[in-house]
Amino acid sequence: MNFTLSEEQEFLREAAQDALSRVKTIEAAREALEGGELPNLWLTACEAGWPGLVVSEEHGGAGLGPIEAMLVFEQMGRVLASVALLGHVPATFVLDAASGQDELIGRLASGETRAAFVPARPPDDQVSSWTVDPVFGSSRAAAPTVSSSGALSGTVGWVPDAPGADVLVVVAVAEDGSPRAVLVEGLAVEETWRYDATRSLGHVVLDGVQGTLLEGVDEQKLTNAFFLEWALLAAESLGATDRALEVALAYSKERFTFGRPIGSYQAVKHMLVEILRLAGNARSLMYYAGWAGNDSPEEFPLAAAAFRLAAGKALDDAGRTQISVHGGIGATWEHDAPLYFRRAQLSRRLLGGTSDAADRVASVLFEQARAAA
Amino acid sequence: MDLNDTPELAEYRLKVRAWLDEHKADAPEGGGSQHEDVAVIAARRAWQGELTKGGLNGITWPADYGGQGLGPLHQVVANQEISRAGVPGILDIIGVGMLGPTIIAHGSEDQKERYLPPMLSGEEVWCQLFSEPAAGSDLAAVQARARKEDDGSWRLSGQKVWTTNAQFAQYGLLLARTDADLPKHKGLTMFVVPMDAEGVTVRPLRQISGDAHFNEVFLDDVQLEPNSEVGPVDGGWGVALTTLMFERITIGLGGEGFGWRADRFGQALARDEHAVADKEVRKRFGAIATDFLALRYTSYRMLSELSKGRIPGPEGGLAKVTTIKAAIEAGELLADTLGPDALSEDEDGWGKLVSDLPGLKSAGGTEEILRNLVGERVLGLPPEPRFDKGVPFSELKAKEREMSPK
Repeated sequence: MNFTLSEEQEFLREAAQDALSRVKTIEAAREALEGGELPNLWLTACEAGWPGLVVSEEHGGAGLGPIEAMLVFEQMGRVLASVALLGHVPATFVLDAASGQDELIGRLASGETRAAFVPARPPDDQVSSWTVDPVFGSSRAAAPTVSSSGALSGTVGWVPDAPGADVLVVVAVAEDGSPRAVLVEGLAVEETWRYDATRSLGHVVLDGVQGTLLEGVDEQKLTNAFFLEWALLAAESLGATDRALEVALAYSKERFTFGRPIGSYQAVKHMLVEILRLAGNARSLMYYAGWAGNDSPEEFPLAAAAFRLAAGKALDDAGRTQISVHGGIGATWEHDAPLYFRRAQLSRRLLGGTSDAADRVASVLFEQARAAA
Repeated sequence: MDLNDTPELAEYRLKVRAWLDEHKADAPEGGGSQHEDVAVIAARRAWQGELTKGGLNGITWPADYGGQGLGPLHQVVANQEISRAGVPGILDIIGVGMLGPTIIAHGSEDQKERYLPPMLSGEEVWCQLFSEPAAGSDLAAVQARARKEDDGSWRLSGQKVWTTNAQFAQYGLLLARTDADLPKHKGLTMFVVPMDAEGVTVRPLRQISGDAHFNEVFLDDVQLEPNSEVGPVDGGWGVALTTLMFERITIGLGGEGFGWRADRFGQALARDEHAVADKEVRKRFGAIATDFLALRYTSYRMLSELSKGRIPGPEGGLAKVTTIKAAIEAGELLADTLGPDALSEDEDGWGKLVSDLPGLKSAGGTEEILRNLVGERVLGLPPEPRFDKGVPFSELKAKEREMSPK
């Protein structure tokens, strides 16, 4: 057993941190809330080889696995960097398996072309169909449908990175009820955002859109692509959690009240240790998801769901504690803490939300319990 | 990230499995209290002897003292195989896991030769006499007094509490104050105490569940022979820290030893089809199961570090916080969902779990003090002001009286 990062993985992580440090991403996140333009980090990503991280080497990618992608996302999350990879990486994960798309996947691996994934939630022990996030409300929407000729219909709400993407990889349900990957090129998706201006979202309206059915992509691939996006979102949240803890910790050592650093008070100390506890649990689950992604794909949904729930909770806690530890100043526009808080609030509600992650963990374990009975 | 055995560990696993296949028919059956049932305890001691003969005990102990001289990962493999075979492990986890290693680190050669082999075989069971009614998380506040006589023997008086296995142990490792004029951490010494010595009284301590997993131990002018001290006189605090470090490792290696696992709770809930479909039950169970999964992979991370020779720091204690929190939530969910029947105190009920947890929260030190420790040692936060530093222990009582609210 060796449940630690390899030297290569540590190096990848440091290189990512270094590449991102050259841009003032946190300031940009605040300016974006005021209508400012976000720096274009796509070039940075291309130089580092991130668009092709999970693309196989024969297709011009780095041939790495989910854990390496998560390590890069962790660093992006630390500094709230807005890079359109959350949509791109799962899309390339699917396309890499498709036959007859070598030329396109090559361009996606280099970053010359940008893709976005239009995910659908795989069935579970209670819900037998594939579903998607609705534009409004709490009722799940049916996944888009696709005809045998590739004609699509349906709408998917709140799709990350869809606006401005050159191609979309859509998960749609065929007439026989099976999930299919469908390639859509050149569809304009209007950009929208809510609460966290670093996250580009769009509602993808597919009625009357003609796509290309991709061959060679099986159901497990589409299932794991959905959970890969969860795992990447979770890794981003874990990175942001660590940074929020560091900032709160530094302040708790330098801010004095009643003649003592506030970090010497149990009440403050215990709040900070709670973030450490939650982040430690999330990190262990990130390693679990990384291991399952490579060595045990049938376990990946459980691992990614648990990771998503733990990381979402950790960032929610860290975001709130960071504000509390700073007192009133932490709740002002000038401070960075609210940016992490905004990140926490939106991330937890995307792609079915962390409550769906809890539901998925339960679903997998209940299925296992029935099988054992 | 690799969960597979190395070729060497894989071979070791086969060896262990083969031994267990051959001998598991001799193992005592489960059931009965290993704390109170005399026959169960005797059978478990004998089984510990068998495991030792088979090389499945003292795995990380040096070969010189009857151990196998192997690493923590071998220990984990053996634990996994023992659990897979459905047989009990050793009885004296406290002795072999924590007290033996302390004697190996600090004891004299005579002590090692005398005490270690029978400890390993289960012929002599040990207990840990550290905590006292007024010294728990603040362990250095122990008041049990040992005074040296002219002939080199010692006279020991005081009271210990929360002592697992004291009712049938042959020996105890005991922390006592030998110089009260020194500050509290300085004047302590560690001793070997024969539990059958005159003046030692053991009284079971019944808990919420009605079971007595622990004891109180009264020491009334007990005579200890010369050279009963382990490590230097007045240097007992350093010896105690060694025991506490092995305690952290033992708890870490034990992992899911309590049998509190996501799959077991899931199976209990899944018997109720209505519960399985209930959104609220699913959400709560998903969160609980996530905590238990996190604990499993946190222990794998710790083991990987340990196998590279790195000693786990106090942050490892946070796993206990998560364990207790998740188990409390699991008990709550089971009782909320399955109704009063879930509170049955039979073996297949959850009443014992619900009863044990409030106390376990403080086992091995309270959660609050653990969070202080992690905050200070791991996060580098300044300590709360304290008033016992550098003050002779003998003056502390007066100081406490002065400070107590009128």
